[in-house]
Amino acid sequence: MSRTPRTLVGGGPSATYVLRFDGRELTAQAGQSIAAVLWGAGILAWRTTRERGAPRGAFCGIGSCYDCLVTVNGRPNQRACLVPARPGDTVTTQEGTGHAELGV
Amino acid sequence: MPSSASDHAAPGPAASGPAGPRPAPDLAVVGAGPAGLAAAVTAAGLGLRVVLLDAGERPGGQYYRHPAPGLGADRPEALHHGWAAFASREAALRAHEEAGRITYLPAHHVWTVVPDGPAWTLHAVAGPEEAAATLRARAVLLATGSYERQLPFPGWTLPGVVGAGGAQAMLKSGLVLPGKRVVVAGSGPLLLAVAGSLAAAGARVPAVVEAAAYGGYVGHVPALLRNPGKLAEAATYGSALLRRHIRLLTRHAVTAAHGTDRVEAVTVARLDRDWRPVPGTARRIPCDALAVGHGLVPQLELATGLGCATRRSADGAAALALDAEQRTSVPGIWSAGETGGVGGAQLALLEGEIAARAVAGRPVPAALAGRRARLRAFAEAMGAAHRPGAGWTDWLREDTDVCRCEEVPAGRIREAVADLGARDARTVKLLTRAGMGWCQGRMCGPAVAALAGEDPAPDRRPLSCPVPLRHLAELPPADG
Ligand code: FES
Repeated sequence: MSRTPRTLVGGGPSATYVLRFDGRELTAQAGQSIAAVLWGAGILAWRTTRERGAPRGAFCGIGSCYDCLVTVNGRPNQRACLVPARPGDTVTTQEGTGHAELGV
Repeated sequence: MPSSASDHAAPGPAASGPAGPRPAPDLAVVGAGPAGLAAAVTAAGLGLRVVLLDAGERPGGQYYRHPAPGLGADRPEALHHGWAAFASREAALRAHEEAGRITYLPAHHVWTVVPDGPAWTLHAVAGPEEAAATLRARAVLLATGSYERQLPFPGWTLPGVVGAGGAQAMLKSGLVLPGKRVVVAGSGPLLLAVAGSLAAAGARVPAVVEAAAYGGYVGHVPALLRNPGKLAEAATYGSALLRRHIRLLTRHAVTAAHGTDRVEAVTVARLDRDWRPVPGTARRIPCDALAVGHGLVPQLELATGLGCATRRSADGAAALALDAEQRTSVPGIWSAGETGGVGGAQLALLEGEIAARAVAGRPVPAALAGRRARLRAFAEAMGAAHRPGAGWTDWLREDTDVCRCEEVPAGRIREAVADLGARDARTVKLLTRAGMGWCQGRMCGPAVAALAGEDPAPDRRPLSCPVPLRHLAELPPADG
């Protein structure tokens, strides 16, 4: 059996639940951040930059680089590495400033 | 600063709010990493009433970052070195909390500390709702730790290129990996720990690419020999790499990452003494992720905002100038751990204890002072060995983004320096917007300073985290 983070630490999550990312269903383990759920599904980019539309995802992993900004349940500019995933969350790729829909 | 016996019986203080004013606690500790946690439990053990504020949801800081209880990890210690040191302090924290001697406020991001008569007022943003929290304390201990130093290179903004500390943090807290085949690169002892834990968690690590030469330690043999524990630690990491067939390339750097939507390979080149890539030595290593970082930099905004004096540490970064009892230059403000120069968790734990004793007016036992001096000497030797060489800027291309947030390429920064006469990072920032984005220069600061030809200046950010405007509007007018 190949090694995984879970085989290293043992045990299992108290719950798993589903969240949606750009229409795709992903499984989250209780206690994971949104960035962790995305990484777990092999997704590394969930935002495009304002200037050049370049793809970005988590970089610092601890809330200080702001590269992992994402729209969660309609709220833009959330740091995916800090925001805990909750059952039924809808996560969408954030383009540019994330304010397109707000008209600012 | 001993407090009276009657104070000890009083219920623990809390952030002021609708409940109204309570007596100011003796000590506010900012940061619940190794230094802050050790300080808080030591101070409480000596009879002080303590408030411990931390931006994270669980104590431990970045070093002892661990999965949320919901993830149900049976062996969180498998991801850590020295977990017992944390576990015992966490148990002490819970006991002191129970007894009302420590008020522990997780998810509280302190963004400013201001003098308030004989005491201090701390302002924080609390919880996901970003509520305003304000509290007073008679002394403050800043244990705000450090963040990772990043040096840009072509392709470093590609998805799949992640901070070495970031990969470690995501693994420790979320039990996830950025890829299956992960190159680990940069400089500093953290790389060995990161490579070891990524591999233990199932990643293939084709190489650890270290820009420094470990021969840099040779000039510091006495500091090394006085720290046998540290040498043993290094040997543990080294043998873990050997066991997992991980290649360690010293005096090498990743000079480019390749891919379109995500990283597919990296170019690795040999470096000369100044970290300049040696022509003709480049080769490609296929991978689906790169974990990269060039050591750690003290996080000083709160301290510099208060006017605390800084010094230049051996790795070139600014650190707080502290006396033997962890006092900053501002009376009533103390600091411990990485803020005084990056030195690792053992030193942070020790300094937290020393600071707490000093705040409580207790003498610092000679044994503690001696251990601190030895570990500090070791940290300085390490810092000197891994200090970035000036030649690293040779691997930048004109179109390599230096500032990730504002997408400012190296060419524009060089133009500001060469044509517009910018001599320091501040002027570069004003001319190019480098460092003006979301992260406020945390990622690009050291690189911009290098391109401007100066040593990095101590962090100066008016706010240490994003603060809702309504909180600023509610502040009483400053009286000084
Ligand atoms: S990854 Fe840096 S803020 Fe989330």
